[in-house]
Amino acid sequence: MTKKNPISFHLSVEDFMPASDSEKQELVQMRPSVGFFRDAMIRLFKNKVAMVSLVFIILIMIFSFVIPNYYPYTYNQQIRGSEYLAPMQFSDQELARREAGEKVFPHILGTDNLGRDYAVRVMVGSRISLLVGLIASGIILIIGSVFGSVAGFFGGWVDLIMMRIVDIIYTIPDILLIVLISFSISDPLAALSKLPGFQWIQIVGANLISIFLVFALLYWVGMARIVRGQVLTLKQSEYVTAAKALGASNARIIRKHLLTNCIGTLIVTTTLQIPSSIFTESFLSFLGLGVAIPLPSLGSLASDAINGLNTYPYLLLAPAILISLIILSFNLFGDGLRDAFDPKMKS
Amino acid sequence: MNDNLVDIRNARLSFFTPAGEVKALNDVSLFVREGEVLGIVGESGSGKSVTAYSLMGLTAHPGRLIGGDLHFNGHHINIMTERELRKMRGNEVSIIFQDPMTSLNPVYTIGNQITEVILLHTDKTKKEAYERARELLQLVGINEPERRLKQYPHELSGGMRQRVMIAIALACEPKLLIADEPTTALDVTIQAQILELMMDLKKKLGMAIILITHDLGVVAGTCDRIAVMYAGKVVECGSTDEIFYSPSHEYTKGLLQSVPNIYEKERKKLVPIEGAPVDMLNPPAGCPFAPRCHSCMKICLKQMPGYTNLSDTHYSACWLLDKAKFEKEGEARNG
Amino acid sequence: MLKYILKRVVLAALTIFLVATITFLLMNLVPGGPFVAEKSISEQAQQALNEKYGLDQPLIVQYKNYMKNILKGDFGLSLKQRGRTVTDIITSKFPVSARLGGLSVLTALLIGIPLGSVAALNRGKWIDSVIIVIATCGIAVPSFVLCTVGMYTFGVNLGWLPTFGLTTPLHYVLPIFSLSFYPTAYIARLMRSSMLDVIGQDYMRTARSKGLSQFISLFKHALRNAIMPVVTYVGPLLAYTLTGSFIVEKIFVIPGLGKEFISSISNRDYTLIMGTTIFLATLIILMNMLVDIVYKLVDPRIKLK
Repeated sequence: MTKKNPISFHLSVEDFMPASDSEKQELVQMRPSVGFFRDAMIRLFKNKVAMVSLVFIILIMIFSFVIPNYYPYTYNQQIRGSEYLAPMQFSDQELARREAGEKVFPHILGTDNLGRDYAVRVMVGSRISLLVGLIASGIILIIGSVFGSVAGFFGGWVDLIMMRIVDIIYTIPDILLIVLISFSISDPLAALSKLPGFQWIQIVGANLISIFLVFALLYWVGMARIVRGQVLTLKQSEYVTAAKALGASNARIIRKHLLTNCIGTLIVTTTLQIPSSIFTESFLSFLGLGVAIPLPSLGSLASDAINGLNTYPYLLLAPAILISLIILSFNLFGDGLRDAFDPKMKS
Repeated sequence: MNDNLVDIRNARLSFFTPAGEVKALNDVSLFVREGEVLGIVGESGSGKSVTAYSLMGLTAHPGRLIGGDLHFNGHHINIMTERELRKMRGNEVSIIFQDPMTSLNPVYTIGNQITEVILLHTDKTKKEAYERARELLQLVGINEPERRLKQYPHELSGGMRQRVMIAIALACEPKLLIADEPTTALDVTIQAQILELMMDLKKKLGMAIILITHDLGVVAGTCDRIAVMYAGKVVECGSTDEIFYSPSHEYTKGLLQSVPNIYEKERKKLVPIEGAPVDMLNPPAGCPFAPRCHSCMKICLKQMPGYTNLSDTHYSACWLLDKAKFEKEGEARNG
Repeated sequence: MLKYILKRVVLAALTIFLVATITFLLMNLVPGGPFVAEKSISEQAQQALNEKYGLDQPLIVQYKNYMKNILKGDFGLSLKQRGRTVTDIITSKFPVSARLGGLSVLTALLIGIPLGSVAALNRGKWIDSVIIVIATCGIAVPSFVLCTVGMYTFGVNLGWLPTFGLTTPLHYVLPIFSLSFYPTAYIARLMRSSMLDVIGQDYMRTARSKGLSQFISLFKHALRNAIMPVVTYVGPLLAYTLTGSFIVEKIFVIPGLGKEFISSISNRDYTLIMGTTIFLATLIILMNMLVDIVYKLVDPRIKLK
């Protein structure tokens, strides 16, 4: 090895004095440690796509839950003589009223075949679609996580039986059964709604209830599998053994240790469940098995628009674009959450 | 310049990550003679594997060689095209990896994976290649080679798979075998078998070996020379005896003190090296080991020490060696 | 392996039985039976009809007969299409749906797999971003939106493609496009992440250290491993195309089983609904079972266990 001459002229005895600990420490750079949850949030806020999606979701929420309440038209208000108006067009009567000096709010998206303002219908439609997505995901979250954590926690043949049930439900073609269930229970539900105490069914609509029922019956299995997998791995961790050794009850261990540690997975899976529920609702509404008339949903609006597609294509455009954007933004936000909570899963 | 099989001079290699430039190799120089066993020792992230991979032109993205020269068997690696490198890999130089469990493709048979490399680098027919694969399995001490060739990796034990990896590596009788922690993932008893097998084969086939490990016990009985790496630098290099009996770098000394020795008469306490390796994103200006060094001096924090030759084969980069020299010179001047 | 196949077969049989039972019970949940809607028939005539279709017997007897007949492949007579058996309708309509579905599955696989691989191999480059954007949008657009937008643009507006029926090859373009868009996007995403995973595996490093070219190490070593998750998706994919054909067949007026199913719901043709549901469910369950078994056979890691 060729040797450089390391001893140059500017070296002094001072340089060979021992260095103090503090001097040594200056060289060691430690990065500040951050908690798991905060770390995930920081990563999430840095993700531009996810943030744009979140802003969009909030905007949609405002448009569908707040604005219709202050809107000059309601979703089921039929204006005679205003059928099939093009966007921003006024009917003859409305023009006459305008000339009389009255202020008439324009139909931003036109009106439909019954003279209903389309903009407010689209807004209420997205409200229904969002509600279905959120409530269905909530139902799935509760049933799935409870079922999954119980199966995973107790293990043994409890787990075996519970997971066989999941297997069977998993292999049932869901769409077929949804169609069948919503078809067959709509009549009994309608009968039930006439009884005292059950009037609320009429307001919500029998079809909507059957959609929730189907979600509650079939769609939780994916969630249950994920939670069970998580619980099985967490179960073997030392702190659960420690909690057991200290005499904690099973319920407390599930609630306190297992579920809190699954929380990231639960949030991500639930968020990604929302668009898929909206998807299914729109599919059913499109087939005429969704919400009850005159309540609109984005699926039923699109379905209605098809009949007049050649003459009034703009009626299809608004719900079609909106539903795609809602599903897209929930998907992207969910992806962002997943990346934030589990950087390893990032693809 | 000389006829060493491997000659690495002042290699600098960096990984350009989103967080910044990670200097994985920081002025590394090494050589290996034909038929020699060189051990490279160091902790994870010290750059031992990166050194070996760069020799095969296998630097993974986003790593890039940014300086120095690499010579192997008359090739100048820096200027070779991918096509030329491919002809060399698996043929003149082969590598075996740490984890035999994941290094073999799970969906192909052992036979398929051995003959693949033979068919690639030789003119042998399929039948001849298969025959050669059988020989190779026998060579690496696998019984019933005929049956094993038809099996899938998951049907073999870890030690068996590492033998298969060795068979693949030796299929074209390379001049150099790089063994990247070949025994780390194996049971202790299997470790010894695999090491013995490698040394056996070295004697039979006469290739040189670069043995990369963090385990001093592995290099002790097998290597001719040892290079100790720390934070992308070779801090000390010498013959095995020199490193074990007269270590001169504080890091090497620390390593040796942290290994139990059953031949020691009196019971000595094991001394761990305190602290953690430096952040390779912002390496310090001075000696990278300084923050963990018990004999750290002010100069160590400011400036990188140069190499001091201790014998024809032994050199080390530590300011303490320079200090001794400095004092000697001072005495001579004064007295 | 034999044990696994046996387990899957038993599970499939159990599921089919369950679906048949659920279908039967749900259909009986509808109050008044199938002939209520037809106000014109007298009570006498209704009773005669009920008797003819065996609807006057106790539920358990009906159930037994129904199950017995199903085993024979007999789903009874259609209530609305007089004189035709349900089995007859299914066998005449299903080939149309099967052809459409099969072609869509093929399209999704043939486009999705290369797309995902190309994206993974060019990770971070512009082509990767383009494919990610397409794939992300692809799983966000419901098929009825695609159908109608495609029909309006290429059929009505531009007049390039026929918008209904299934008589010439050109007729297939829009339905297949609408039906395969979502699975193509899904497969591309699946393939991309699985390919990225495989590229990072140690055996890919081994392949390169052997001196194999990029091309061979990808085609021989990466593809076969990366494609495994896609194989598991083929089962759900088949189910998706079969049920997705409801909408596509409805919009494009294709005389397949999907359209028949939808109209049987609006016509309240009970026997046809039951027959179609059980037929499609059985098909999907059996396909899923087959795919799972084939997957285990293809993957040597599980072969001998």
